Amino acid sequence: MNPTDLVDRSSLRDDVPVFKPGDNVKVHVRVVEGTRERVQVFQGDVIARSGSGARETFKVRKVSFGVGVERTFPVHSPVIAKLEVTRTGDVRRAKLYYLRERSGKSAKIKEKRAAR
Amino acid sequence: MASKAIVGEKVGMTQVWSDGDRAIPVTVLKVPPVRVVQVKTQERDGYAALQVTFGTVKPERLNKPTAGHFAKAGVDPGRKLVELRLDDADGYQIGQELKVDQLAAGEKIDVTAVSKGKGFAGAMKRHNFSGQGASHGNHKKHRSPGAIGACATPARVFPGTRMAGQLGSQRVTTMNLEVVEADAERDLLLVKGAVPGPRGGLVLIRDAVKGGK
Repeated sequence: MNPTDLVDRSSLRDDVPVFKPGDNVKVHVRVVEGTRERVQVFQGDVIARSGSGARETFKVRKVSFGVGVERTFPVHSPVIAKLEVTRTGDVRRAKLYYLRERSGKSAKIKEKRAAR
Repeated sequence: MASKAIVGEKVGMTQVWSDGDRAIPVTVLKVPPVRVVQVKTQERDGYAALQVTFGTVKPERLNKPTAGHFAKAGVDPGRKLVELRLDDADGYQIGQELKVDQLAAGEKIDVTAVSKGKGFAGAMKRHNFSGQGASHGNHKKHRSPGAIGACATPARVFPGTRMAGQLGSQRVTTMNLEVVEADAERDLLLVKGAVPGPRGGLVLIRDAVKGGK
């Protein structure tokens, strides 16, 4: 346990679902425009998680109109209205940076089927 | 000079969320209640200060002079004696307990500590010199400071010329840091930004002396 964990406790969210690199997620981001606030959805594959505690972040990659877009979110950020896991991926690595050099079929992540 | 001061220990850094949902980098300081052991005044000591202690210590660990000093004040012996310089020490009594709640969120403070020791460091690390070329025939002089003065006039090196030497492990004050939270229940102080010194190091906290109000 880190000595700063006690301070972090109040910054942590308790509604973060279990998700791993390779999973496809929908991140509902709260966007403030002037005085109005709306929710924007960013859907893509989680390619990395890094850090721990209140400072943990994850990277989401999607291909939008043929251009790869990556966004980094703090896991416990209050900006995230909701986080949904739409698909669990079957990958062998913790960091999926190799996806950046790939496109088309080779950039696909296998789906993990629950063993029954 | 400062009007209020307290002493604490650096715990480490983390981040908290602001109202605008942005991350604020904070240093966590453990500020236990301190007990005033001696009040130094302008008339008697030539300057105003509070001598304080904190924590507890086994009585057998104290030497006779220190034990006597605590006994005279009638204060439970603490781990260390620390002096906090103030503008004016009137209004403080011996035995009085000071807590972190004398500071409030949003207040500006100065934090003093002994910085992390870096040992004998070269001019590049110590004074941000640029060093010299990696190539163009350079031989074993890549991190040298270069010239340190002229020739027969003045025939000496001026005092204060920046050279290699001890870096760190000296008393440093970081000014105008913002208090993010002062939690008297848990004896914690969250300060925006970095504070000198290693984790577990002693820090002196006072209200900001510069910057105006």
